[in-house]
Amino acid sequence: MRRRDLLLLIGATAGATAMYQAMTRLGFAAESPYRGPITLEGDPKGASVIILGAGLAGMTAAYELARAGYKVQILEYNTRPGGRNWTIRGGDTYTELGGAAQQCLFDDGLYLNPGPWRIPYHHHAILDYCRRFGVALEPFIQLNHNAYLHATEAFGGRPQRIREIKADFEGAIAELLAKATRKGALDEAVSKEDQEILLEALRAQGGLDKDFRYKAGDDAADFRGYARDPGGGLAAAPSNGEPIGLHDLLTSRLWRGLQNFALYDFQTTMFQPVGGMGRIGEAFARQIPKVIRYGAKVTAIQQDDHGVAVVFEDLHGGGSVEEATADWCVCALPLSILSQIDVNVSAPMKAAIDAVPYASVVKTGLQFRRRFWEEDEQIFGGISYTNLPIRQISYPSTGFNAAGKGVLLGGYTWGGPNSYELTAMSPADRIKVALDCGAQIHPQYASEFETGISVAWHRVPFTLGCAGEWTDETRRQHYGNLCQIDGRIVLAGEHASYIPAWQEGAILSALDAITRLHKRILASR
Amino acid sequence: MPNEIRCGLLLVVVLTTGVAAAGDALAPAAIPLSRGRLFEEQGGAALFASVCAGCHQPDASGASGAAAYPALAENGNVSSADYMERLLLNGQRGMPPVGQMMSDQQIADVMNYVRTHFGNAYGEGVSPEDVGAARRQMGSSP
Ligand SMILES: Cc1cc2nc3c(=O)[nH]c(=O)nc-3n(C[C@H](O)[C@H](O)[C@H](O)COP(=O)(O)OP(=O)(O)OC[C@H]3O[C@@H](n4cnc5c(N)ncnc54)[C@H](O)[C@@H]3O)c2cc1C
Ligand code: HEC
Repeated sequence: MRRRDLLLLIGATAGATAMYQAMTRLGFAAESPYRGPITLEGDPKGASVIILGAGLAGMTAAYELARAGYKVQILEYNTRPGGRNWTIRGGDTYTELGGAAQQCLFDDGLYLNPGPWRIPYHHHAILDYCRRFGVALEPFIQLNHNAYLHATEAFGGRPQRIREIKADFEGAIAELLAKATRKGALDEAVSKEDQEILLEALRAQGGLDKDFRYKAGDDAADFRGYARDPGGGLAAAPSNGEPIGLHDLLTSRLWRGLQNFALYDFQTTMFQPVGGMGRIGEAFARQIPKVIRYGAKVTAIQQDDHGVAVVFEDLHGGGSVEEATADWCVCALPLSILSQIDVNVSAPMKAAIDAVPYASVVKTGLQFRRRFWEEDEQIFGGISYTNLPIRQISYPSTGFNAAGKGVLLGGYTWGGPNSYELTAMSPADRIKVALDCGAQIHPQYASEFETGISVAWHRVPFTLGCAGEWTDETRRQHYGNLCQIDGRIVLAGEHASYIPAWQEGAILSALDAITRLHKRILASR
Repeated sequence: MPNEIRCGLLLVVVLTTGVAAAGDALAPAAIPLSRGRLFEEQGGAALFASVCAGCHQPDASGASGAAAYPALAENGNVSSADYMERLLLNGQRGMPPVGQMMSDQQIADVMNYVRTHFGNAYGEGVSPEDVGAARRQMGSSP
């Protein structure tokens, strides 16, 4: 039986999970450690687990432990589930550290995902939970050939279509390589027969003409498009544009932007939940009714031989201090928070908790009265990249080609001086920067802008930062210690994963933590 | 020169051709925007406003949510130059190593600023040479 037939047979008889596991063993689909829903076998005999934080890590732990028969409760600082999995919609208010309050004035149905916004196809765990919990997904457009690459010093500051930069860059390289090949420069490295195939490939992939040149003509136009698109009727013939020369391409540095579409994490297909990323956190919370206590700010975690006691402030009850106890604890708080909480774990684990700074990131959402990027510029979804402080403009991946308003991600600044400088500004000033910078790419900003909202992650009261920033050195020193079960406490969250700053990391970390904890609990009897 | 200038220039276009939809948002932002991987602000006051104030707040009073940014105002801990150098160059828990994006002069300036403002009075003692020595000792590069 051939391998594919075997797989079809397994798929037909044993369902998708078995099929998936078999595929993995046979060497297909080896890219993610997620192997389908976990089963925690064995009776926990009424053992209780207190979980700290109702982010995706904490709620994954609660859901799976409850299914396995544990008594679970979650303490959560916010008044909503999800943590960083969060969508700001019209009508929401958000108050950042420092006290600036913003009311989101977006129209009905429009939103900003201030944190997570896209899911790669190879993040199997979060995709599986979306499937199980009924979260509808739609494509997230990462690469749109008609969006822009822009740099203030390149081409007089005029934005360039990704399509043209990509086609011209690849075409110019193909032409160079073909020239070198035909001059015999590769004779030592490549056999004559292979050179023939190489030339054929360069012509096909690079848009070269019959003489292996990349120049204005039908072959190049197949890739870079036209100066005037083909039409119908009289005078309908297309006209070809002049490719950008290699020197201009190289010195513009715009080629740097192309890797945003090639990297594994950003390859198509990417997804987003219909209606905002926050739909995932909401769906998790529906699966664990009455488990989450909101408005509970954890301030101390103490364990002894018998159990774990967690001290928290009841923010709804005027800050009264309470204590909750359980046999075990899954602590799914960000390290930026946990490092300030009194917790009696081993010295190596405490050192690990203290070792990870959090990235500085700012996002700004802008509502415009008209989808001018679609109407005027034929940009349907995707991202324009720029060297301006806003770094990117992302066009909505939904509601295409409809009349009416739309919200752009008008800035997404990750790390470096600009992220701190924007964080230090008032929300109004961040929006102003997003408008000033964005107008250099889309002059329509000036007349179409209505209202905006901005989130600087170091000012977010419930995380004090975007995500854990590991280095090779801190991982080597601390990661193993961070992930140990310390007495009755185990940590979970994106920081306890090799996929930091992705929701997949939070979920995989929780699944691994509770699987080990469960084994430990059964063995401790 | 920070990017503010270029964005500021553009603002003129926004003002003359556009509706004042941004409401009060008509003057350029007070905080400049650096162009590279290093902070371009010079002087303790500007560095504090552009970098530290985002977390510790403009009046250095700190901020509190699920955890806190400590107040630097009337804070005896800033009396130790060694401690501050270590903090700025290596980071500490929730405080990122922002000094890695500053020159020795900038770090000395912002340290001296904090140590002599907000109710702190710990002399103008820190020199760029002191910071450079600390940096070499910690094996961190600008
Ligand atoms: C700007 C940005 C962009 C991102 N982009 C993506 C993306 O495109 N795709 C993707 O998959 N991921 C993305 N991520 C990463 C993703 O958001 C995280 O990896 C994931 O949501 C983390 O989940 P968690 O459960 O580990 O932590 P959190 O979601 O932070 O959960 C921790 C919970 O603990 C609570 N808490 C904190 N302190 C206390 C306290 N003292 N007492 C009680 N409760 C407390 C918090 O309120 C929160 O609910 C992005 C993140 C950011 C910030
Ligand atoms: C991203 C947020 C952030 C920024 C920006 C930041 N800090 Fe901090 N800072 C913190 C946090 C969090 C702590 C507490 C660290 C801890 O838990 O030990 C801290 C602690 C400190 C302390 C120690 C206070 C004490 O009581 O021991 C000093 C001093 C300090 N910061 C100075 C600065 C200066 C100067 C700057 C600007 C150059 C700056 N910080 C920028 C977050 C920040």
